[in-house]
Amino acid sequence: MTLSPAPYAGGVTEAAPFSSAELEHIRAQFPILRRDLHGHPLVYLDSAATAQKPSRVIEAEATFYWEANAAVHRGAHTLAGEATELYEDARGTVARFLAVNDDEVIFTSNATEGLNLIAYAIGNASLGRGGAAAAPYALREGDEIVVTELEHHANLIPWQELAARTGATLRYIPVDDSGAIDVDAATGVIGARTRILAVSHVSNVTGAHSPLETLVPLARAAGALVVLDACQSAPHLPLRPRELDVDVAVFSGHKLYGPTGIGVLYGRAELLNALPPFLTGGSMITTVTMEGAEYLPAPQRFEPGTPRIAQAIGLAEAIRFVDELGFDRIAATEHQLGARLLAGLAELPGIRVLGAGIDAPRVALASVVVDGVHAHDAGQVLDNVGIAARVGHHCAQPLHRRLGATASLRISAGVHTTADEIDQAVAAIAGVRHFFGLTGENA
Amino acid sequence: MSGLEQLYQQIIMDHSKSPHGYGLTEGDVTSHQRNPVCGDEVTLALRWSADGTRVEEVAWEGSGCSISQASASLFATLAAEDADAGNAWTPDDLQAFIDEFREALRSRGQIPLDEERFGDAAALSGVSKFVARVKCAMLAWVAAEDLLTRRAAEA
Ligand SMILES: Cc1ncc(COP(=O)(O)O)c(C=O)c1O
Repeated sequence: MTLSPAPYAGGVTEAAPFSSAELEHIRAQFPILRRDLHGHPLVYLDSAATAQKPSRVIEAEATFYWEANAAVHRGAHTLAGEATELYEDARGTVARFLAVNDDEVIFTSNATEGLNLIAYAIGNASLGRGGAAAAPYALREGDEIVVTELEHHANLIPWQELAARTGATLRYIPVDDSGAIDVDAATGVIGARTRILAVSHVSNVTGAHSPLETLVPLARAAGALVVLDACQSAPHLPLRPRELDVDVAVFSGHKLYGPTGIGVLYGRAELLNALPPFLTGGSMITTVTMEGAEYLPAPQRFEPGTPRIAQAIGLAEAIRFVDELGFDRIAATEHQLGARLLAGLAELPGIRVLGAGIDAPRVALASVVVDGVHAHDAGQVLDNVGIAARVGHHCAQPLHRRLGATASLRISAGVHTTADEIDQAVAAIAGVRHFFGLTGENA
Repeated sequence: MSGLEQLYQQIIMDHSKSPHGYGLTEGDVTSHQRNPVCGDEVTLALRWSADGTRVEEVAWEGSGCSISQASASLFATLAAEDADAGNAWTPDDLQAFIDEFREALRSRGQIPLDEERFGDAAALSGVSKFVARVKCAMLAWVAAEDLLTRRAAEA
């Protein structure tokens, strides 16, 4: 299998969207789309929470258990060798997907674990673990960690905790009234004391791309590490940590058509090999005495214990799936769907799209607030006609608060989403206020 | 009735738009309950008779989805109606209501609320088929249970 290194598209692409025949072929690969809900065919518009799985991913995971299951990196029997090879092949597939080296790819259980891994490794360096090599990454009082106001809680709380443990200060770049990261304010937040910038690539609430082209150079000028939460970009555009000039990038396999229980942390090799481990135990050591242990370099240093073998193999299959579809064509299709979604919603009275005014490329995702109707109630109306959409604060309470909402209803597309499904969702949202006895602009 | 109409019966829509028992005063002993999934909030107080043996009033404030707010309103209405009829609840009565309510709501549509006992609040029976919404409907009742437990611990 070969992975084609496509350039960073940024959501704008010249490739053709999938034809309806191609889309039919894609949809046929997702067994769950054959389900009915309440007498309606399932319309799955919650891919941003978790993507559905094509049969080949489910089969890849099952086939490993049927035919090659064994512990990896332990023992010398034939099966152990085969399993190790499959697991390391999966790492290689991820590495080519990201255009990085194999030993820069750490398998985690999800993005949340990846973010905690890097935060804890830095925390351990701050306690003096890892010796001289790790010392440059140690945090102390006066140091600053910078995030943005739109982060998912997974890219906020680990940094709050790291700040509390080390005495560093957590600061944030605010979002403006439109819901965009305020790049003017960023220059006042990122500065000489900044040691870490942790930012998401694409917002899971607005779908907008973050202004990395401004933020990353600011962090670089300050000599800070850059940690990228790529959960919402990895399924939609080519993710190239080196081109983006970030030190760490994390994403979850389950949002990329892969299994649950598997995530990826990319880290620059020098960084990973300088940092002390987060979790410790077997499979990550060279020599162990009763007094202490010496650790293997990355990736083993950060993968103690029996890893998520079947899940990694499933993720590699998911990556081959999206790679064969081609990110240029995925982006072209989703670009049309996203535009259709926003245009449809803009027509509706009493509907506010969070971040509608942001001037940036975006993925096919929209979170809406329905005037006078709680998101939970709105979502129920969609569920009633078989449409699965997310309701709540989407683990981004500070952003919702900033935009004056407690909760919203989120529509998010995947590679199997059709224009007709987007229209159905818009029509269902149009009917929400009517169902709850509210009509017209001023009702 | 479609599933949706079973959930959002007219009584529930009415109570969510014009809630009963809404408004707390200083000095109320309250329990604050949240549903972290959607941000529903209910803060509830039990107002006891002078001798402290019976619930004369249920008062609350909150925000959130129509089910959580209507449920608090219907709970307050039920308490007021029983008190007006001379049947103000003892702690045991209240606990029995909470237990029955929970059992019905967790029954996935198997056990309806007894209309004789629950009055208009029996309209909440429909929620039990919507597993994701049970927590919303329980919020006010869980707040009352929390107050009962705290009261018993202090006695
Ligand atoms: C932007 C973003 N970051 C982090 C996460 C956390 O991912 P996971 O729950 O798979 O660890 C999510 C998904 O919920 C997300 O959308």
